[in-house]
Order: sequence, then structure tokens, then C-alpha cells
Amino acid sequence: MLGLNSKDFRLLLIVLGLTMLAPFILNPFPESSELAQFNAGYPDLMQRFVIFGIFAIGFNILFGLTGYLSFGHAAFLGVGSYAAIWMMKLLTMNVIPAIIMAIVFAGLFALLVGWISLRRSGIYFSILTLAFAQMSYALAYSVLTPITGGETGLQAKTFDPRILDGNAGELGRANLFGLEMSSSYELNLGAWEFTFNTGYYVAAVVLLIGFYMSIRIFRSPFGMMLRAVKSNQQRMNYTGLNTRPYTLAAFVISGMYAGLAGGLMVAMDTQVGPERMFWTASGEVVLMTILGGAGTLIGPVLGAGLIKYMENIISKINESILHQWFAFMPDGLEDLLISLIYPFIGKGWHLTLGLVFMLVVIFLPGGLVQGGQKVAGLFRRKKAEKSATATKPAE
Amino acid sequence: MSKSNFTRRGMLKTGAATGAGLAMPTIFTGAVWSDGHTGFTNAPQGDTVTLGFNVPQSGPYADEGADQLRAYELAVEHLNGGGDGGMMSTFSSKALDGTGILGKKVEYVTGDTQTKSDAARGSARSMIEKDGAIMITGGSSSGVAVAVQALCQEAGVIFMAGLTHANDTTGKDKKANGFRHFFNSYMSGAALAPVLGKQYGMDRKAYHLTADYNWGYTTEQAVRESTEAMGWETVNSVLTPLTQTDFSSYIAPVLNSGADVLVLNHYGGNMVNSLTNAVQFGLREASANGKNFEIVVPLYSELMARGAGANIKGIFGSQNWDWKLENQLGARYTGTNAFVQSFGTKYGFPPSQAAHTGYVQAMLYADAVSRAGSFNPCAVAEALEDFEFDGLGNGPTLYRGADHQCFKDVVVVKGAENPENEFDLVEIVEVTPAEQVTYAPDHPQFAGGSLGECNPGA
Repeated sequence: MLGLNSKDFRLLLIVLGLTMLAPFILNPFPESSELAQFNAGYPDLMQRFVIFGIFAIGFNILFGLTGYLSFGHAAFLGVGSYAAIWMMKLLTMNVIPAIIMAIVFAGLFALLVGWISLRRSGIYFSILTLAFAQMSYALAYSVLTPITGGETGLQAKTFDPRILDGNAGELGRANLFGLEMSSSYELNLGAWEFTFNTGYYVAAVVLLIGFYMSIRIFRSPFGMMLRAVKSNQQRMNYTGLNTRPYTLAAFVISGMYAGLAGGLMVAMDTQVGPERMFWTASGEVVLMTILGGAGTLIGPVLGAGLIKYMENIISKINESILHQWFAFMPDGLEDLLISLIYPFIGKGWHLTLGLVFMLVVIFLPGGLVQGGQKVAGLFRRKKAEKSATATKPAE
Repeated sequence: MSKSNFTRRGMLKTGAATGAGLAMPTIFTGAVWSDGHTGFTNAPQGDTVTLGFNVPQSGPYADEGADQLRAYELAVEHLNGGGDGGMMSTFSSKALDGTGILGKKVEYVTGDTQTKSDAARGSARSMIEKDGAIMITGGSSSGVAVAVQALCQEAGVIFMAGLTHANDTTGKDKKANGFRHFFNSYMSGAALAPVLGKQYGMDRKAYHLTADYNWGYTTEQAVRESTEAMGWETVNSVLTPLTQTDFSSYIAPVLNSGADVLVLNHYGGNMVNSLTNAVQFGLREASANGKNFEIVVPLYSELMARGAGANIKGIFGSQNWDWKLENQLGARYTGTNAFVQSFGTKYGFPPSQAAHTGYVQAMLYADAVSRAGSFNPCAVAEALEDFEFDGLGNGPTLYRGADHQCFKDVVVVKGAENPENEFDLVEIVEVTPAEQVTYAPDHPQFAGGSLGECNPGA
């Protein structure tokens, strides 16, 4: 179906199901219960899940297939964002031109960076991309202030020209042909509350398209060539094959995915700041990909989800919430437990993330996807053993 | 592998499904969901109301954020009738009675801005969308304040800015739903200039080192214009990268430039490093043009003073508030002692100006809701606009309606020569009265923005 084999098509269907039903899946706890703290089904976080999912899918095309570790991908995210916000300020608040120009500009910038950086491989390549990203960040932060707004960034303003919009002069809202990104429909089912947000569904559809294209790239001859670069580039060169065009193409494609993610971020929340390009943002996407499983199709999306979940949910648990949870315990025990847990929540979420990352890298080098396979394998082997034991007596 | 058969039935089926899919988004438009509410975003249901405290808990301003959070928790305690009531007893408006806000118990959620606008907006959006916060407050940098203020404007909730000093927050980026109690760059310049003139003379030559971002630019402009109006001359101004930690190369040319005053438009770690470098280069002992060489730091904070240690002795700067105000300058600054007392009792040390502005913003919001009799952001904004009050530690204060900026006295301070303890590092020199730091809403340093219409959201 759609040019995919049945296994890949099933994976696409799973992602389709997950994204379309996300408002239900992410809000498993009733609104009034104490566990509602762990609900993630609100528009902002759902949008982040899919946008960073797209970012990580794109990164994985470069890192997962060719093995080239770029430490500067946030720069493309930022360039895409700035291109998108300028489209919204100059042309229209409709998200389509913004997203298209985000992809175009990020692609062009990736072409330039890739053309220079891909002359080297390994650690030198990583450092070159990192240098470009930090350079872009510094430029956006101060030197290019007239274009980027500097530290305070850019926002949609009432006096933007917006030549395609009739209502210039009012504060426009990002929309898709009149359908506002921020509008939501809330569904109350008993104690549960589910939010369906337009912006989220727009981003989710884009994620599906991006995911489908990434499967096609993975399964194409081009993808095979990229894998060959990863396994032994020298050998390929000796056979008389120039690998640079392939790696450059992969680099640009992955930069365009990053630009797409940046454009979507602006579409969901019309503001850009330079720290979106900071090197920690570039590092984050590396973490997402490795955490989920580099080189796998769905891994990066899972990794992005896990990191964004921790950033937004764990970081919001504060001391008074812990006190509520453990209120039933005797005082001494309560205080002891709280002092044990406290370093890992709230501002300590980085610590928790670090621990999870270490555990994954040490015990599951293939990332969460490998974890899933191990669990699945466990069940399968049990079944196999059962059938084995069942047949034994007959021997 | 796949066989495509176009049948009449199949076409009808897909057609209907596609149609339904395309029509679905139309039910997502706003009209449907305003029903359950009473006309504005997150109208409090039941007997509680939720406020969102969005402060930096990690990153360069984590100390300020932690102190702000302490103050917010204290404010919530006082609003709900706990503790000793703090500034509620000295506040000129008596609308608050310790039973929460409009009889609803105050609850709060916290978030980490990480001093990044994306993270700050993410955390503010989760407070609004998930936790139902009716007001967002906090923040320790102007970039974050401007970003979150715009978000609150779009979402239709009130934003009470925390520590933000750049002119832009109530200048070119001002918003109808945003309010700032903290002072700004212009006020720093206007307050410092006369004191500097008195101390150092009217014929000084200044050299500016400015952090290369928006706050740096507006602060340099403010100090420059105020001092030049008084007769000073600006010899040179140099932009320094924000990430710079060693300022030696920037300090070295200062001595031979013909300047006799160095103005460090730096904040936080930047300021600590540049000041330390300047002192190491012997600028304090040097003399130029027959006068003693002097250093000025426009924006001061206790936490920065602690970082700079002995280097800060005798250096002039400005502050929004100081915990010693009432003790040293008398009853005009009533409220200060009440706040220091209850903060000290709870946490064991005096509050910083970041804590003070946070506490006051929370109180002002609660009071405005009580006076307006509604949580509707438009009603609250109306109650805050042109509101005159007293007893919150800064003396008589005006919340100007034209740009949502507070106008009050500005404290000019200098590093203490012989600090008795680590909370006594700054010494109050003088207070510049509010009239001298007041400017027209369309002053060139604040031009280019408009408040727009107040937005109640849903």
C-alpha cells in the first residue's frame, strides 16, 4: 500500500492511530484526580510532541543513516522559524506560506553549511556544524538585531504590513484559511476532559507526511547508499564512487525537516527567540534520537516525546505537590521521602533525564525501540517455550 | 500487491469519509467552547482560583527566581489569611481581607522559564491550558517578559511582569494585558544622573561598556541621554558579547581613551566579571583629566553585589527597592518593614528586590480583582489602570494607564564600604523622587508600540 511493504505500512498505521487519538491517550487520568498532574493532553505539549518528532525524524535521516553527527541542527530550526515569522509579518497570517518558506530557507542554509562542513567527517564535522550553529545564535542575538529582534525576538504586531490579509491593523492569529491554530474543542466524558486542538491536528498531519517520506527514503536505493556511507565510506570512495552528493543531499533534507519543525513552531505560537538556536537545543535533538533509537524509523519520535514529557511534566511538580501526595504518611517518613525525591523533580528534571539517558545507553544501546523489541521478544519466547513444553511429553 | 478497484460503493464511502473529515475542523472554532464559561479564559469554577508563578529555576538567574518564588508563596499564604498578613495591613487599599480573592481560596502552580523565551512560553501555556491559571506572573529577564506578555495577550489572561528592566516591556512591546511594577532603564538613567552629577561633577567624560542585547542597548541609551543632558560627554561606547567572561581586552583601552568614568551596562554574571576586571586593572586608583576615575553600574541587585564581593565598594547604581528603606528613610516607605518581617520570619533572611516586586505584583493583582469584583482580565486591567496606591514599600505609586508602567521613587545605592553581614552589601545613597523619573508615554525611548485592546480570551 502506498508503495510500502506490509510491515512499514503497519508502522505508519500505528503512528496514524497514535497521533489522531493522542488527546485520549495522553489524558488517561480524570480531571479532578491527583494523577491529573501526569496528563499531557493539552494543546501546547501535544504540539511540541509532534513538532519535535518531525525535528528528530529529520535528524535521524542524517545521523541514523549516514552516521554523520551534526551538532548544529538547531540553527536550521531557527532559520526556519525566522523565515516563517517574517512571512507572517509581511504576507499573511495563513500558515501555508510561512511553512513553505521555512523549509526553503532552512534548505538553502543547510546547503551552505553542508557544502562546507561535509568536507570533513567524524568529530571535525560535528565541531564545524556546532560552530555554524553558535555563530547563527550569536548573530541572531546581537549583530542581526534589526532582522531577528535580538534577545526579545520577533512577534506578530498589529502594525505589520501583511499585504495579503484584509484585516491588517488588527492583531492577526495564525490560521489555515481562516481556521485558527489556537482554537480547540473540549469534550467532557464523565470525569475526563479531552481537548482537540486545530493546531495540533495540522502539525500531526504534517508529521504523518514527514514520517511517510522518511520511510520511503529509508527503503529507497538512496537510503541504501546512505547506509553504505555509514558502514564504510572509504571503501565506497575506493570503488570510485563519490559519496559527497549523497551525504550533502541527506544533510539538506534533514535541514529542511528542521526548518519545517521551526515553521510549525511559529505557526503554533507566533514568536521566535534566538535561544531556539542555542547549542543545547542542538544537543537535545541528538539526545532524542539516541534515546529513541538512532537509525530506526519510530525511535526518534518516541525519544522526542519522552524528553518533552519530562521537560513539561516533571519540571512542574513542586514541593507542595509532593506534600499532598505523601500527606497520609507519618511526618518523619513523609519528610524523608520528600527530601529523597525532591532533587529529581521540579528544577531537578535535568537530573532525572540524565539518569534515564545513562540507563538507556548502558542497557539499551538501541534505544527505546530496542527496549520494546526486548519486551516483545520476552513474550514471544514465553509462548514458544510453552508450546515447546507442551510438545515435550510426546517425545 | 494492492489491487485498486473503483466501485460506485467504494467511491461513495471514501467520499463521505473525506467530507466528514474536512468538515470536522469547523466544530473546533471558538464559538462552541465559550458556552461553559462566563466570557473569559479560565474563569474560576468552584471555590478556588489558580495563579501561575513562572520563574527561572535553572539557568543564570536561578537565584533571583528562587527568591521570587519564596515571595509568591508568602503572598499566597497572606492572601489566604495565613501568617501575619505582611503588607496587607499597610496597603492603602483595603479590599483584601485574607479570605482569598473574592472569597475563592488561592492556589498556585509553578513552572521553570529556564530564562529562555521558548521554555517560558511553553510553561506559561501549560499553566493556562492545563492548570487553568487566570494570571501569570514572574520572570527575570526582559526577553522572557516580552515573550510571555505577548502570549498572555493572545490567550486572554493577565500578565504581571516580574524582574524586567528593559524599556521595551512597557515601550515598544507593551500589551493591554501586561503590567510592570519594576522600574526601567529610563528611570535608572534619570535617577542616577543628578546623583552622579552631584558626586562626580558636571564635566565628566564617560566610556560605556554595554552588553550586546536589547536590555544593554536601552540602558546605555537611557544613561547616556540623561548624563549628556546634564553636561557629561560620552567618549566611546563598546558592545561586549553576552557570553564574555573575561573583559580585560575591553577594559585595557579605557584608561587611554580620555574618559574618566566607566559605565558598565551589564547585569548578573557579566557585571560581576567586568567589574572585577576593571578593579584588577586598577581603574579605581587611577586618575584621568585630573579627576579620580569612577565606575558606575546602572542596575544593581543584592545578588550581584554578593557575587562581586569587595570590588563593589563605593560603586553607584540604582535599585527598585531595598529592604532597609523604611528604617533609613522613614515612614514614606511604609510596608517595607512589614514585608521584611514576615519574609524574614518564614525564610530567615531579608528579601531581595526580585522578591519584593513579585510579592507586590501578586498583591496588586488580587486587590484589583477584589475592587473590580470580577476575574475578567478586562475588568482587572481597568481597575489597575491609573490606580494610585501606597504602603507597598515604594511610597506613593501610580500604575499609569497609558503604558501599564508603575511610577515611584527610585533608590540610588552604592556598594557598602564596611558591610556588617552578607545582606548589608548595598548602602542607600539617596532616593530620586517619582516626578524626576516620570516621562511622557510617547517618549522617544518608548516609541513604536501600542497597548492594543484588552483581550479576555474565550
